[in-house]
Amino acid sequence: MASRKISYREAVNEALAQEMERDSTVIIMGEDVAGGAGGQGEDDAWGGVLGVTKGLYGKFPGRVLDTPITESGYIGAAVGAATRGLRPVAELMFIDFAGVCLDQIMNQAAKFRYMFGGKAVTPVTIRAMYGAGLRAAAQHSQALYPLFTHIPGLKVVIPSSPYEVKGLLAQSIRDNDPVIFCEHKAMYDVIGEVPEESYAIPFGEANIVREGDNVTVVAIGRMVSMAEEAAKKLEGSGISIEIIDPRTVSPLDLDAILESVENTGRLVVVDEASPRCNIATDISAQVVSEAFGDLKAPVKMVSPPHVPVPFAGSLEDLYIPSAQDIVNAVKTVTEWSK
Amino acid sequence: MTQTLSTLGSDAPDASALSEAQLLDVYRTMRSIRAFEDRVHEEFATGDIPGFVHLYAGEEASATGVCAHLDQDRDTIASTHRGHGHCIAKGVDIKPMMAEILGKTTGSCHGKGGSMHIADLSKGMLGANGIVGGGPPLICGTALAAKIKGDGGVGVAFFGDGASNQGTTMEALNLASVWNLPAVFVAENNGYGEAAASTWSVSADNIADRAAGFGMPGVIVDGFDVFAVYEVAGEAIRRAREGGGPTLLEVKFTRYYGHFEGDQQTYRGKDEIQNAKENLDCLKRFRKRVADSGRLTDAQLDEVDAQVAQLIEEAVTEAKAAPVPGPEDLVTDVYVKY
Amino acid sequence: MTNDQIQRVTMPKWGLSMESGKVTEWLVSEGDELEKGQDVADIDTDKIAGTLESAWSGVVRALVVEAMVDVPVGGTIAVVAPADVPQEEIDAVVAAAKEQLASGAIEDESGPKVAEVHVDGRSISYAVLGDTESEATPVVFVHGYGGDKNSWLFVQEPISADRATYALDLPGHGASSKDVGDGSVATLASSLVGFVNELGLPRVHLVGHSVGGAVATVAAADPATLGKVASLTLISPAGYGPDINAGYIRGFAEAETRRELKPHLQQLFADQSLVNRQLIDDLLKYKRLDGVDAALALIVAALLDGERSAVDVTAEQASFGGKTVAVWGAEDKVVPASNAGSLEGKATVHIVDGAGHMAHAEKPQAVIAAIKEAIGAA
Repeated sequence: MASRKISYREAVNEALAQEMERDSTVIIMGEDVAGGAGGQGEDDAWGGVLGVTKGLYGKFPGRVLDTPITESGYIGAAVGAATRGLRPVAELMFIDFAGVCLDQIMNQAAKFRYMFGGKAVTPVTIRAMYGAGLRAAAQHSQALYPLFTHIPGLKVVIPSSPYEVKGLLAQSIRDNDPVIFCEHKAMYDVIGEVPEESYAIPFGEANIVREGDNVTVVAIGRMVSMAEEAAKKLEGSGISIEIIDPRTVSPLDLDAILESVENTGRLVVVDEASPRCNIATDISAQVVSEAFGDLKAPVKMVSPPHVPVPFAGSLEDLYIPSAQDIVNAVKTVTEWSK
Repeated sequence: MTQTLSTLGSDAPDASALSEAQLLDVYRTMRSIRAFEDRVHEEFATGDIPGFVHLYAGEEASATGVCAHLDQDRDTIASTHRGHGHCIAKGVDIKPMMAEILGKTTGSCHGKGGSMHIADLSKGMLGANGIVGGGPPLICGTALAAKIKGDGGVGVAFFGDGASNQGTTMEALNLASVWNLPAVFVAENNGYGEAAASTWSVSADNIADRAAGFGMPGVIVDGFDVFAVYEVAGEAIRRAREGGGPTLLEVKFTRYYGHFEGDQQTYRGKDEIQNAKENLDCLKRFRKRVADSGRLTDAQLDEVDAQVAQLIEEAVTEAKAAPVPGPEDLVTDVYVKY
Repeated sequence: MTNDQIQRVTMPKWGLSMESGKVTEWLVSEGDELEKGQDVADIDTDKIAGTLESAWSGVVRALVVEAMVDVPVGGTIAVVAPADVPQEEIDAVVAAAKEQLASGAIEDESGPKVAEVHVDGRSISYAVLGDTESEATPVVFVHGYGGDKNSWLFVQEPISADRATYALDLPGHGASSKDVGDGSVATLASSLVGFVNELGLPRVHLVGHSVGGAVATVAAADPATLGKVASLTLISPAGYGPDINAGYIRGFAEAETRRELKPHLQQLFADQSLVNRQLIDDLLKYKRLDGVDAALALIVAALLDGERSAVDVTAEQASFGGKTVAVWGAEDKVVPASNAGSLEGKATVHIVDGAGHMAHAEKPQAVIAAIKEAIGAA
């Protein structure tokens, strides 16, 4: 394939453009996904608050819809439109805004198929920015994917690189179930090799980012990069870590994790979401339940402390799990003895 | 300025707007709803019906008068927890409905939804909804889809006086106006949101007075008069189909049964229900109006009554004999593909 | 100033995007006698792990780098010279090499250039390496089923030393158009013919692997290339006998996950450890591209008749009648070496021990030698 280096942001934009080209039922809606609605200045003035959807308004007339600030209204509209043959991609600007539209996602979209006896198909994709690192403070920096993972009927996707984000977004749009697609706001400028052509990465298939024999490190989203940094720090120490990126936490490729733990006997899970009931706790519990006999040490979870995300940079940098935190956890499990 | 359609004296809309076949249809629909609800009331009292039911008896003219203008394939309705009447008026089959309420596999949702989630997406019925205010944003979506597809379809959101205060409803009114959607919002004001009188909980004198605040026409109509409802609904639906945007209809009437079955209704005035049944009842009024104008004979209407009674009887018998879902049904139909 | 007899063993460029690699294990020690073709070191890049075969002979006078140290492509990793070259000269070369590595001033000599042509409405991507002005007849490399132009990474560079070399992506593969028409060898061959003509090459040597071998054979017999194909080098070619591993062919196309794909890939090599995470990952990335599933399905349908090969190009080879050299891994589990019988008397056949279906990856020196034999080079 013809690959070249582009950013995570460009990869999202390219996936949206290619899917809209491929399928005329795909529409986009959200707050200022174009920008400039009703004003005297330019149309497509923003292309999304961080410029992710720029250019699509002009390319696909009538299919990129700005909304007022009315999450329940337009997320509900996206859900309703999905039941009528469209494939809406609605943007929930910050995943923190889940509070003002959760019903439409949790009680409507997620439950239609089951409640209506298998007769509803709701192919809606909700893109949301998540994560800390931009000093956006407590109400704009959360990683709320555990909330959605908890709800049967939703799928939750967390891409870790430009290659991943393009292929997983294409899959999300093509998928016939409601998908919560989580983009890390601090990754938009990350550069990576991305094929020009269109491709879709299947759900429920974890990626082994790096092979190793001593410790299995499962990392979510941006934490995959942290784990790769940790692996470099560990070079020369004699400890090799196997890094697994689940890609999708619902459905979760537990088998890939179990297969790795069977080989290494040690597990560290790195999750930027707040520590109580996050994905790290979920994966840890499942692994202990299924593979207790394979474990040579307790499972270690690397997560932030149980606090809202702080504003001051000095504090936020302490909040976010670091490569050193991962190294420390890896050493803990390798040095552990009864 | 909110309009009100007078239903008194010589100004009252008469039966001349409908053909003989349509008149019989309207009557059959209202009678079916009444008979269905009365029977469910009886069955519930025996303890055979699981969960909660919310009965529509007394309100038949609203669902019937509105849905008489709707097509099965291109028009959609969203409903409330009090959804049996909307279902029947939109053409959902009665036998699967009864089976669904009894939690049987032959139910419209295979027993997995129950009274509060009865749906038939193939007939444009988006489901009864257990969340107050859950419907209006969904209808913004179905109306948007119809607008994009250009098929002339209309979305009708039925909601109650309780839901008229819910944020989601107001967001939907605003969004439908901003996007100029082919939608009609029908506020069914039966006087009570659960146990609270709507005169107390709604801050405006009339729900329809809020329409101006959302940039659309507001119309008040007597909900005991199916011809009046038929006339104002017809106009609103035609306006929506022709691209004229949304309308807020306020249907004023009352419900004969409690908020839910088992509700002792101690919050209502002593003779309120009795008075409505004797002097205002929509079925009685229909019979009188068509008899006075000579359009239909009593014999024709009695025949409909008998057919409906027979259908309801069969529905109950068959539903009671049908199987309940088994363990193999528990985990199916959560996703199209996981 | 430097003694001509002193040869530098350098970090090879295996693949278009390789920038550096590391020696994971030295297989020779200082003082050892070294022969051409002998294993020198196990090398890991982020793309592939392989064994560097010696292109040099002499005595290993110095190992310049230790194992597990990153070395840019082109950097000197060892020095080979006759035993009688004075030690001070060797030391000077080693010191200069180390300085160069430390300063990071290694020039990655221009690797292959990637370009595109259009043939029959399809875009064909290709990599060109070597002097396109050279008078020597260029070599065109044709990869096999599921492969791409990077399949030739161990072989294209040495061959390009004295002539232009072209490695193309067949339709349905690599960065070329994913439209394969009816998926038949004939259609793929006409793309190859169109490619040669579109580039205006008056005369070419064709090298084909697996299905690419069948494609090259058909192209060589095509009237549109009459007189143009100077020789044919075939590596484990399909179409020369009925025996084929239909399970592999179908399995590769149908596999959707790492778990499903790995066991199939292991059948390609004598040394299964060559099936590493990167290889599997690259192939999954290829298979995910829109259109690849459909393309492979068509090719598989055209390739197989039940459990046997539906393709027979022996007549085309006879019609070509030109110099033909075949190389087959003795342990080929995909297109067994038993098929080579059909070439008796028509081609020189080399069976290579220690190689499976991918001799050009496992025993590149043997393949390079076979190509040189076919093209009449030294």
